[in-house]
Amino acid sequence: MTIKEIQDQIVEDFSMFDDWMDRYAMLIEMGKECPLIDEQYRNDQYLINGCQSRVWLHAELKDGKVYYTADSDAVITKGIINLLIKVFSGQAPADILAADLSFLDEIGLKEHLSPTRSNGLLSMVKQMLLYAEAFQIAS
Amino acid sequence: MNINEIRSQFPVLDQQVYGKPLVYLDNAATTQKPLCVIDRERDYYLHENCNIHRGVHYLSQQATEAYEHARQTVARFVNAPEAHEIVFTRGTTESLNLLATSLGRMIVESETGKGGPHCVPLTVLVTAMEHHSNLVPWQQLVQQQGGKLLVAPMDDDGVLDLQAYEERLKQGPQIVAMAHVSNTLGTVNPIKEMIRLAHQYGALTVVDGAQSMAHLPIDVQDLDCDFFVFSGHKMYAPMGIGGLYGKTKWLEQMPPYQFGGEMVDTVSFERTTFNKLPFKFEAGTPNVGAALGLETAIGFIEGLDRSAVAAHEALLVNATLERLAAIEGMRFIGQAPERSGLVSFVIDGIHPYDLGTIIDKMGVAVRTGHHCAEPVMTRFGIPGTVRASFAVYNTLEEIDVFVKAVSRAAMMLR
Repeated sequence: MTIKEIQDQIVEDFSMFDDWMDRYAMLIEMGKECPLIDEQYRNDQYLINGCQSRVWLHAELKDGKVYYTADSDAVITKGIINLLIKVFSGQAPADILAADLSFLDEIGLKEHLSPTRSNGLLSMVKQMLLYAEAFQIAS
Repeated sequence: MNINEIRSQFPVLDQQVYGKPLVYLDNAATTQKPLCVIDRERDYYLHENCNIHRGVHYLSQQATEAYEHARQTVARFVNAPEAHEIVFTRGTTESLNLLATSLGRMIVESETGKGGPHCVPLTVLVTAMEHHSNLVPWQQLVQQQGGKLLVAPMDDDGVLDLQAYEERLKQGPQIVAMAHVSNTLGTVNPIKEMIRLAHQYGALTVVDGAQSMAHLPIDVQDLDCDFFVFSGHKMYAPMGIGGLYGKTKWLEQMPPYQFGGEMVDTVSFERTTFNKLPFKFEAGTPNVGAALGLETAIGFIEGLDRSAVAAHEALLVNATLERLAAIEGMRFIGQAPERSGLVSFVIDGIHPYDLGTIIDKMGVAVRTGHHCAEPVMTRFGIPGTVRASFAVYNTLEEIDVFVKAVSRAAMMLR
């Protein structure tokens, strides 16, 4: 699936709930399913700054596609990063860098995008894009 | 005491967030403001606004008188002997930075005068439960001066170890800085005894009253502290105003903190002489409107039956402790017998951030995280806590909503 198709799918999934509690329940479920970072990378070097909870992110390039893994000590944060992983993992660096992120507004995560917001959604997105950029330059 | 009547004076409380009635339990961060305080500041800008002290015209004189009257009110509220012992600042943090800079310089210079540079290295003693504002300025000061920071430890309940405190005093700190009430644990420190001991060992005492002014009666003469600092916005007053009480003999010896207008006496290109107390420490145009709001906030507090307020706030704390205790995995952080105003906790296996995020959606405002006291979190081996903090307008019904929200969130997050 393309990034756009995955985003549309996520927007559709979230739109089934009008209640915020249900949306959070879904994020929590996604947090529990997050592809976990290898223990060797779960250290300060892979920590994303700017979050009230700790988030570790790792990425690798396989056959021209980026694969992300992550972890967080807060499950909602883990859900948010897994949401981003679902969108970006398995995609080519160029496609990741070109992605339109307006789907985050559509599922009601816009409030989390403010730079001061403590979960650091923006920092997570930035870090994922940085990985993509690094892989693109290297290849 | 009619809580509903008191609540009705706080317009901001009467609103819905995410379609649910707001339950505001973040009062240790900032309290809401009663209408009388909002009106006072508004009236100042509607009818009285003027720069103070230097103007000969009517409005300037009126504003100057009002501002100085506010200073007298603050002095009376904390029982300071003289109004000039109250310096207006932006709040606790600025007051503490002023002290670290100015008092620090006074001590270093007098030590230097005694026989060469630093015959005694500058040493500051703090407690293990300080807010960063009463820690970082002192830490930076001693680091600049090649001195050292001593820390008085606390036990697992968040009670200061007085014996260890006295041991630290024996190492000869020139300054002891202590929280009156801990902003993370709610512990009320035995500051009168701590001040007495500090003086016995020749140290000057600085009390951080940010979390106590709204809740406990303050008498600086009875405490005999050398300095007492506070923020207006945590005691129903506007943001941007706070203060510093200091004994005259120290304030007179201390060099100015900032330079500019108002704080000078005479200025030439060669030299400047400084104004008398308290103006020496008030460089630039002060926040006059907020100072008048602070005076009104003091009137609001004094208009309440203060012992009834204390009993009501204790009831809220105890009800919260009791009702939260039923939730599986509940661990209270800070269980001092002497406590005030707040309850801090973690739940096993649940990150405070997750809990705060969920209950926010239920209309409950609490604080999560390290509460600007990271060493306290390190001490208890946790990333942060959830903190519910109370003010006079909170009700037992709100505690119920809060506890149910926590309980439901915990179920979702497990």
